[in-house]
Amino acid sequence: MKCTNQVKDSCFRELKDFIDSLETKKGELITVLHKAQEIFGYLPVEVQEFVSEELNIPLSEVYGVISFYSFFTTTPKGEHPISVCMGTACYVNGSEKILDELKRELGIKVGETTQDGKFSLDVLRCVGACGMAPVMLIGKKTYGRVTADEVKNILKEYK
Amino acid sequence: MLKTIEDLKQIKNKFLEKNNEKIQIKVSMATCGITAGADSIYEYFKDEIDRINNNKIVLISTGCMGLCHSEPTIEVTLPGQKPEIYGNVDVKKAENIFKDILYKKVKESDIIISSKQKKIVLRNCGFMDPENIDDAISKDAYFALNKVLTNMSQEEVINEIKKSGLRGRGGGGFPTGLKWEFAYKNKANKKYVVCNADEGDPGAFMDRSVLEGDPHSVLEAMAICGYAIGSDEGIIYIRAEYPLAIERLKIAIKQAEDYGLLGENIFGTNFKFKITLKYGAGAFVCGEETALIHSMEGKRGEPTLKPPFPAEAGYWEKPTNVNNVETYANITAIINKGSDWFRSIGTEKSPGTKVFALAGKVKNVGLIEVPMGTTLRDVIFDIGGGIVGNKAFKAVQTGGPSGGCLTKNELDTPIDFDTLKEQGSMMGSGGMIVMDENDCMVAVAKFYLGFTVDESCGKCTPCRIGNKRLYEILEKITDGKGTLNDLDLLKDLSNTIKRASLCGLGKTAPNPVLSTLDKFYDEYEAHVKDKKCPATVCTNLIKFTITDKCIGCTMCAKVCPTDAILGRVKEKHYIYQERCIKCGSCYNACRFNAIKKA
Repeated sequence: MKCTNQVKDSCFRELKDFIDSLETKKGELITVLHKAQEIFGYLPVEVQEFVSEELNIPLSEVYGVISFYSFFTTTPKGEHPISVCMGTACYVNGSEKILDELKRELGIKVGETTQDGKFSLDVLRCVGACGMAPVMLIGKKTYGRVTADEVKNILKEYK
Repeated sequence: MLKTIEDLKQIKNKFLEKNNEKIQIKVSMATCGITAGADSIYEYFKDEIDRINNNKIVLISTGCMGLCHSEPTIEVTLPGQKPEIYGNVDVKKAENIFKDILYKKVKESDIIISSKQKKIVLRNCGFMDPENIDDAISKDAYFALNKVLTNMSQEEVINEIKKSGLRGRGGGGFPTGLKWEFAYKNKANKKYVVCNADEGDPGAFMDRSVLEGDPHSVLEAMAICGYAIGSDEGIIYIRAEYPLAIERLKIAIKQAEDYGLLGENIFGTNFKFKITLKYGAGAFVCGEETALIHSMEGKRGEPTLKPPFPAEAGYWEKPTNVNNVETYANITAIINKGSDWFRSIGTEKSPGTKVFALAGKVKNVGLIEVPMGTTLRDVIFDIGGGIVGNKAFKAVQTGGPSGGCLTKNELDTPIDFDTLKEQGSMMGSGGMIVMDENDCMVAVAKFYLGFTVDESCGKCTPCRIGNKRLYEILEKITDGKGTLNDLDLLKDLSNTIKRASLCGLGKTAPNPVLSTLDKFYDEYEAHVKDKKCPATVCTNLIKFTITDKCIGCTMCAKVCPTDAILGRVKEKHYIYQERCIKCGSCYNACRFNAIKKA
């Protein structure tokens, strides 16, 4: 995870190696952006410019694709990115309350990162674990059947 | 490299022989199972088996059995006995089960699966190791591929699928055989087979379960489709949000390639076929065929007008067949057992089964598969076990954001593609969200509209602007500022958006509004006329007050985040309405039922 949220030369080299390893560059913009976000953690303008040059696609088009898809982000995420599932099953089982509690506990809005860079807060549409609704994720760990009261304790694990 | 059917049979027999005399413990390790702690149960069994060093016990990590309500679940099979399934397994329960296993006597299943279910698509999910191709072959994987390559012409395959009456399970319900025929008839030097594994519907997760639990069934079906339409390349377009499904697909593709079941000269014939993955990046509209294809080409996932259909000009303008995961998962069963067998299940116009993701306020939340034509009552009250907390059933939402609500008047409707449409809803991908008396239908409509507003690609005006305006009117109503006029406006605007939008997303976006307006008009009226939310959901329309039951325990005041509650110990408390943000913390904290929500 050496590159996450950092724009380093070595990270660009890693991305270039990946692009060079592709069979074809035609139609691979989204594939490359996935890799870039995996390496850098987000897609700042420097990375967009790099991808634009390497794939020979206008920067406007690269940005157009990034802004279209919700998976891509141009702001750095926190050390522990939190996502609350707002799929229908989670919604009817009270995921809004969990989101409210998280906003209150962290003092940030959806899409923001705490000042110490520890947590960022996002919503997503359905992780497909509807049986465990409501669901939230911290990093890659999934928490199921969460209640608003539990939020504080869950956050403690990461502080 | 496998060359003949004999090679397949050999692997199957060897696998069965090896495992039939062993004790098998299967732990459901799909995303939902892992969320519930299945990984620690798996670790426990692994450590125990290592400790006693018993090579007669095999531990298998499987996909999802569909029993979300009882995760983590395990299945235990003693040699020569029927499998037993246990739910809600924690380490303590696992210890007891393991002791029983060692004494070769396991207790009867504590989970009962309703006899109203019939599994075709999910036949192997939860019952095999998705990372072991031999296990898949032992369950007849790749026998259908062998059959079509060695015994059937392209036309025969297409005819068999046509005769089966299989309709696309992605939601549209278009006849699959016909779709294949179009792609077959369009001559080109290159054709593509695409699997739509984007599954963007909130509240639906059947595709994830199939990919996590039985990936080979999809790979095999894609190869069969490739043979039928004359294509040598398959692409699975899968959500990046499904990391486990991606990992298992990669493993399955590698194993199939190693066995020569994908690649050049499959089963010694001239047929070659390869499968690669492309990742989605979070856009609901990409479930629409043309948008999906644009996304695969690395562009914004904006739909284009049909015709041309993908069967004429799809991926890189070449003839392309797009089916979703569940549709493909039916194919091998149809080839192996015949179209007559498939037609004998379900209804005349919608043969076969349908997988539903049953969620919301129902007791047995999970993934179920029933013959088409099963009634909603059977699904919700028999298989689903009824409503949580024995509250009153209010509605069931089917078809996701493009669908509508069905009420208790429609509980006896036999579900298939056409009946759901007649009732003002639709099949969609099979999400089924059950709602009880505590759900506000206006808020639900607003929730779905919020989703479509977020997910509209913005290309056409009715969808981009119309849905935003619909959302704003709904917001006005739930805020208590709506008028009766707004209700007429909702209807008018909805119909215009439906008529004028370019693609399926826009054409169906107003459905949740129209369907709730139609069936729950009184609830809308209560919001605009009486400024009340009967289900006490819309925060601006509810008020918390403290009744005489209050004994002054101070609990509510302690949890109130805005210090809106005042009162001395052992005296009745009071809520300052101006300060109250209606979070409901006090209501949840009160142990004496002293707080009234109205």
